Amino acid sequence: MESLSNRKKQLEVKPLNFWEKAYLPAIVKGLSITMGHFFKKPVTIQYPEQKREFSENYRGLHSLKRDENGKERCTACGLCALSCPAEAITMTAAERQKGEEHLYREEKYAAVYEINMLRCIFCGLCEEACPKEAIYLDGDIVPSDYLRKDFIYGKDKLVEAPLNQ
Amino acid sequence: MQLTIADIAIKFGLIIIIFLISLVIAMYSTYAERKIAAFFQDRVGPNRAGPWGILQPLADGGKMFLKEEIIPTNATPFLFIVGPSLAILTACIGSAVIPWGQNLVVNGKVIPLQVTDINVGILYIFGVVSLGVYGVMIGGWASNNKYSLLGAIRAASQNISYEISMGLSIIALLLVTGTLSLGEIAQQQHGWHWNVIYQPVGFILFLVCAFAETNRTPFDLPECETELVGGYHTEYSSMKLGFYLFAEYINMFISSAVMATLYWGGYNYPGMDWVTAHVGPVIGPLIGTAVLFTKIFLFIFFFMWVRWTIPRFRYDQLMDLGWKILIPLAIANIVVTGIVITFL
Repeated sequence: MESLSNRKKQLEVKPLNFWEKAYLPAIVKGLSITMGHFFKKPVTIQYPEQKREFSENYRGLHSLKRDENGKERCTACGLCALSCPAEAITMTAAERQKGEEHLYREEKYAAVYEINMLRCIFCGLCEEACPKEAIYLDGDIVPSDYLRKDFIYGKDKLVEAPLNQ
Repeated sequence: MQLTIADIAIKFGLIIIIFLISLVIAMYSTYAERKIAAFFQDRVGPNRAGPWGILQPLADGGKMFLKEEIIPTNATPFLFIVGPSLAILTACIGSAVIPWGQNLVVNGKVIPLQVTDINVGILYIFGVVSLGVYGVMIGGWASNNKYSLLGAIRAASQNISYEISMGLSIIALLLVTGTLSLGEIAQQQHGWHWNVIYQPVGFILFLVCAFAETNRTPFDLPECETELVGGYHTEYSSMKLGFYLFAEYINMFISSAVMATLYWGGYNYPGMDWVTAHVGPVIGPLIGTAVLFTKIFLFIFFFMWVRWTIPRFRYDQLMDLGWKILIPLAIANIVVTGIVITFL
């Protein structure tokens, strides 16, 4: 049959010669290869003490950002929830009251903002959908827990620490 | 010869010491295995329990003892318990005829570092080793599980096939040494006259068969988890499984000791007469014992080295190797050795 890529190679299967049949030289060669590895430096990362750096574009735990004045950026527009294929994000919007201008950047803010970490697939679409650059998946791995309800992360876990701290 | 109480006490002490040594070595072989496996795979290996993980075997042992003990409903309870007991018993009693060192002379009293030097030492070892397969076979049969039974059958047929070539490879050695007593064989290899120089082919045959007899990779077909769930010990849990695994490590130690004694000069090392004359009649032989243990540890290391190098045989390849290659080779070795001894 005509080869599609013209890169097909005809391999020649030669009969084994005596030393190949004897099997022992091959074993000795194999032993020397493994012995080479015996003296190599281990590549282990001792996890709890040492952590491997994540890559630049690693998508981990979400964080809700603040602006340069420490105000929450999120305006509860709901685009993240809309774009979320796993429907992990829910939120309740509220209106900013007098005297709360230092807390929220615009008139509308998210009073409740919850992400279900068991549903989230860390696709990053919320990050892309957000017009206010309020949500980023720049955190660590989601820690393990015992109860399902503890995986619903509210604003207490998601919002960045205030600037003055 | 009249046995005094002191003689009996010395013998008893020696038995206890050798028993404990084989248990401790088997215990730490599991640790060494994991550590060596890790080094061969560019890993670190167990390092959490104690410094460098040296308490790992104790932790493993504790875990084994505390695990739930399950005897399947349809198993034969008596045989189910006898299986692992037999495996570990036969593994332990093999050490009785191995000469661990030259005779010690303390205050004019000769203390042999061998539990008993029976004049059919090698036959005793072979007898004990071939009994070992009963442990596996009974365990696999009593489990009432087809995979266990298949594993046990494979173990039995493998052990029997390789025992034949092992025995044949020994015959050529016996032609050279002219004795069946392990003590005498060790003595004959005084200095540099190690049997491996006279019987290199025999040694390689014996080595291969020893791998098969101890069910070590590449001959670990009785416990092929991809084909047989777990092999003959599928149904076993807790310390009964522990006994099977432990027996494998004791077997490894004993067969290393046998190989070191039969082919690699046992406790002999070059220049040992000089050391004995100049250092003392007690220290000299003890150095010999240390040399023997070094050889044993090298063999154990070799067992592990091979385990992480060579993949497991397919069953028909295993049988081909045993019957079509090793046995004819062993017979040829006997013939050549016989001709050489007769005409040279």
